[in-house]
Amino acid sequence: MSRLTALLALALCIAACGDAADKTRLTGSGASFPYPIYATWFKAYGKANPDVLINYQAKGSGAGIRDLINGTVDFAGSDAAMSDAEIAELEGGVVMIPITAGKIVIAYNLPGVDAPLRLGREVYPRIFLGEIRRWNDPAIAKDNPNARLPDLPITVVRRADSSGTTYAFTNHLSSASALWQRGPGRGKTVPWPNNDKIIAAPKNDGVTATILQTPGAVGYVEYGYAKFGQLPMAMLENRAGQFVLPGAESGRAALENAAVPDDLRVWIPDPANDGAYPIVTYTWLLLRQQNPDTGVAAALRRLVADCLTSGQTAAVDLGYLPLPDAVVERSLSALDRVR
Amino acid sequence: MAGEPAKTGNHGGIARAPAAGERIADRLFRGGTRVLTWLVVLLSAYIVWEIGGSALPAIREYGLGFLIGTEWDPNAGKFGVLPQIWGTVYSSFLALLMAGTVGLVIAIFLTQGFLPAKLETAFRSIVELLAAVPSVVYGLWGIHVVIPLLRPAADWLHAELGWVPFFGTTLSGPGMFPAALVLAIMVLPTVAAISQDALRAVPHKMREAVYGMGATRWQAILKVIVPAASSSIFGAMVLGLGRALGETMALAMLVGNSNQITLSLFSPANTLAASLALNFPEAGVVEAGALMYAALVLLAITLIVNVIGASIVARSTRRLEGQA
Repeated sequence: MSRLTALLALALCIAACGDAADKTRLTGSGASFPYPIYATWFKAYGKANPDVLINYQAKGSGAGIRDLINGTVDFAGSDAAMSDAEIAELEGGVVMIPITAGKIVIAYNLPGVDAPLRLGREVYPRIFLGEIRRWNDPAIAKDNPNARLPDLPITVVRRADSSGTTYAFTNHLSSASALWQRGPGRGKTVPWPNNDKIIAAPKNDGVTATILQTPGAVGYVEYGYAKFGQLPMAMLENRAGQFVLPGAESGRAALENAAVPDDLRVWIPDPANDGAYPIVTYTWLLLRQQNPDTGVAAALRRLVADCLTSGQTAAVDLGYLPLPDAVVERSLSALDRVR
Repeated sequence: MAGEPAKTGNHGGIARAPAAGERIADRLFRGGTRVLTWLVVLLSAYIVWEIGGSALPAIREYGLGFLIGTEWDPNAGKFGVLPQIWGTVYSSFLALLMAGTVGLVIAIFLTQGFLPAKLETAFRSIVELLAAVPSVVYGLWGIHVVIPLLRPAADWLHAELGWVPFFGTTLSGPGMFPAALVLAIMVLPTVAAISQDALRAVPHKMREAVYGMGATRWQAILKVIVPAASSSIFGAMVLGLGRALGETMALAMLVGNSNQITLSLFSPANTLAASLALNFPEAGVVEAGALMYAALVLLAITLIVNVIGASIVARSTRRLEGQA
């Protein structure tokens, strides 16, 4: 008899555990650049809506797009939106929602230099091309008259893996510098010049760690990584000729008044606004227009609308940029197309 | 001897035809081993076939030029892996040079009665513990500890001996030598553990005979015991080399991932496994094919190294163990 009750209890437990199946599961994968803010949003949303389970894997933008095309996920995250060729592959069409934006900073490790380094528009592309090879080069010294620049070789640290961060960075360099445009150009990976002072490290954290450990290193990372890694960030000269530190204000200035195309693929490779920080990028959530499951579609709409509205306040604390109101409005109306 | 009466007592002697059950068990066992052996062979063949299949478009497109090309540019559709091949082979041999020497010395120290038995076991476990550390941890340790430690020495070597090709560049941070050094530590437990087993397996009688002839401990170890175990020690080296060739994450973090071919120990380089791991997640169709081709090249290198290793083992065994 006791065995029977044990069995019953077990069956009950299985039924109770099986209860999770009644929840709506949303699976996503893709970009790692916005992962910290996604994690915050999804956790908060899951707490407020216990009937929805969200699972996001930060595998990289390319992998996320492939997963969406193959139908293994309900949504994807991408720092480079989706290319026309990729959109053509996705059955049922795509809705691309700009969900947050970020800054890419040039971080460096220069012992003995305390004030933020100022890098001119002609200078930083040439540093990353390996043309300016020592820190006391007159081109750098010209904009930093008060800094005691050391006689150190410049070690450029770049991303070893293909990444949306590299895309946004090289997209900016290609717009700002003809030299760069003719050389490596733009892409998630680009043919970097080969010399022993250009080294590559995996992921944002790998680049951050390598800069931290290498005196004389300079590299590009997402703002949050430099901020939390306590790396000094350079002031960059923007199109208006001002030297600007990366920050919430200068980032917001860069996003303002940008033309937003109908497909919401907004690129701001070289913002012209007054006081704008020059290297900013949006990141997108990619949703299917025709979802196989209407429940999933409804849950996705609710989740994304939540991120677009109340979620935006979390952006600044995590080092991201809240979307301009115009973009939020356009994104919300685009969201209605998700069925 | 002691166990024999009990055995015969139960079954009434061993000289009898096997029972039907025994015969079935015997057949099942034989069949099972055969199936499992073939499964391993088939699995390897399947992996090669699968990789080869995905690599085929890239092989047709790039041919043998892939092996001597030095550029990797997915945007322009240019793919070449010579720098990666060079980096893979160079880093593995450097690592083996270090791990082989240290591993053999450790093995001798821990097996030839230099330490009390209890300490020997403790030391052995510590060395084997190195194998349990995850690759990523080695990578982080390399970035945060090894590279800063190496920097002063590397700077000095470059300043004083910069004309030697090995020290031709300054150490920027990640590069060939830190990568090879950490790789050596990762390979060390394999080499040390198998070498220890090999040295333990040398018959005790042989050792007694050598000492009996008046040899010193030094002579006994170097002239008789190590040569007698040489085939297994070489086997350990080949296994270690195989592990070094395929090591991924720690190298991806430490080697600098720059496609260069240089003898300089302090210059960044690249390896096949590292570039596979770093480029695959975001690769498009064309690049994925090229990466599969690179994986095939890595398989081929491992195979060639193993075959060469096996032939060296066979030859040196004949010489060192004194067989005709």
